[in-house]
Amino acid sequence: MPDPVSSQSVDQRAASVISARGLDLTFQTADGPVQALRDVNLEIGKGEFVSFIGPSGCGKTTFLRVIAALEHPTGGQITVNGMTPDEARKSRAYGYVFQAAGLYPWRTIEKNIKLPLEIMGFDAAEQDRRVKNVLQLVDLEGFGKKFPWQLSGGMQQRASIARALAFDADILLMDEPFGALDEIVRDHLNEQLLQLWARTEKTIGFVTHSIPEAVYLSTKIVVMSPRPGRITDVIESDLPRERPLDIRDTPEFLAIAHRVREGLRAGHAYDD
Amino acid sequence: MSDATVPAMFGPKSAARWVGAVSGAVLPVMAVVAAIVAIWYGGSVMMNRAWTLDQIERRGLEMTAMEIVADAMNQERPVLPTPHQVFAELWDTTVVEPVMRERRGTLQGNPRNLLFHAYHTLWPTILGFGVGTFLGILLAVGIVHSRAMDMSVMPWAIASQTIPILAIAPIIVVVVSNLPALNNAVDQGWISEDTKLLVPKALISSYLSFFPVVVGMVAGLRSPQVSDLDLMRTYSASRGQTFWKLRLPASVPFLFTSLKVSIAAALVGTIVAELPTGARFGLGARLLTGSYYGQTIQIWSALFMAAICAAALVILLGALEKIVLKRMGVRP
Repeated sequence: MPDPVSSQSVDQRAASVISARGLDLTFQTADGPVQALRDVNLEIGKGEFVSFIGPSGCGKTTFLRVIAALEHPTGGQITVNGMTPDEARKSRAYGYVFQAAGLYPWRTIEKNIKLPLEIMGFDAAEQDRRVKNVLQLVDLEGFGKKFPWQLSGGMQQRASIARALAFDADILLMDEPFGALDEIVRDHLNEQLLQLWARTEKTIGFVTHSIPEAVYLSTKIVVMSPRPGRITDVIESDLPRERPLDIRDTPEFLAIAHRVREGLRAGHAYDD
Repeated sequence: MSDATVPAMFGPKSAARWVGAVSGAVLPVMAVVAAIVAIWYGGSVMMNRAWTLDQIERRGLEMTAMEIVADAMNQERPVLPTPHQVFAELWDTTVVEPVMRERRGTLQGNPRNLLFHAYHTLWPTILGFGVGTFLGILLAVGIVHSRAMDMSVMPWAIASQTIPILAIAPIIVVVVSNLPALNNAVDQGWISEDTKLLVPKALISSYLSFFPVVVGMVAGLRSPQVSDLDLMRTYSASRGQTFWKLRLPASVPFLFTSLKVSIAAALVGTIVAELPTGARFGLGARLLTGSYYGQTIQIWSALFMAAICAAALVILLGALEKIVLKRMGVRP
């Protein structure tokens, strides 16, 4: 098994936005302790697009939640923007996108995007300005006054991304955001997400269980395996940043996809 | 908006729609009503016939079977009044009788009018419902936010509903009507004697109506999913912000469901409260005097009036619910 840390260059670590060292997390459940994360070491640099891939139970979502301070590690260290995750959250370091769009049904799209802005105390004029801005960013102009149920699943997920972008966090954490959508919509959203990433220069952490999705989107792919949740491989992608959808048929793309698959197999992820 | 949202009110399609509505909803409803009326008439004849037969024997009358049936349907004090008797009574005591009458030089409510009694029952019902709803929401908020309250209040709330209201209503009436503060207020002329009678009624009504609100609101305030709450956490939202922006709006559909149960319970509470108070006015008082004097028709018409009141209140709440939920963007 390659050491994930040694495969990183030193200057990248210096600029790292998220840094995990020997991270452990054990849940106490009724059936006894469950080790969700064991000895996770990872550096994520500014502006990187990092995908976490692995079968269910591998801890990819848990790791994302640790970054977001929604779970707290039982061992090891993690810093986000050089702070603890809790401090980072209070300084609005990240926007989080859940698997379900999670728009509040009693609020219009506009009001949903305003939700974090209201909580964080932006004034009304600034709220309007930002809503207009992010609606444009996710290509939803003109839908601000609609209620969530009036939008398709893909549009709802875009609105949810707009909500996460509204308060200008540097980091975007996405937990299988397109997992519930069909393949065609998903391709389209993947393309749009890459464009959005290029324009906003955010650091993105992206959980997925789709190999093509991970390879297509990422500059770095973190392969994880279950029981206990751990990192088995970290793959630096050398694909160009400009990625048309048909890049997925090139040998370079297939080579990376192959390595991801190998990594998953090495972690016995196909056992069950 | 678009043309598609304008309903087709005219044209050949609307006629077909009407036929569809009649055969789809109205016909079954009418059939059920007809069946109930038929069973009711059958029951009346069977239960009242004994008295008619008894009269025939005592007075040595000769009656055909049809005459016996007709008599059983039109007795003055039947065991079970027939529908037309009840509705004739309802008509007489709401439309024919004046609502107000002159007495001792002033215009006062007419106790022969059923609407007058309905008013005396509805007023404390709405008051008690308001107090009960407010208390219920307050308790639910406490229960959801404090583990101590969750453990301590809920069992008491449940226990309070297992006590038969008929048993404690007289106690509440006696205690409340002897409250020094209340008697003082009457003596000082702040409230009238009639208003004083309203207090125990409203209290018992709120006692019955707070419970559905507590149960519904606790469920409603806890209805947001884990991911909805997680979203709030990612914004570092305070408990207050989570309450106002997530828990409370999410609980609104639950609130309306429990309000409909609660207002019916409030009405029952008021009527029960009227029984031991010796109240002269109110639907409960009407039921009581009816049973004292064997006026079964009066009892039944009072019962119908109570049912009409309950239905009207529930329909009113339903309309309010529709308006509120529509403004909250619920899919029509």
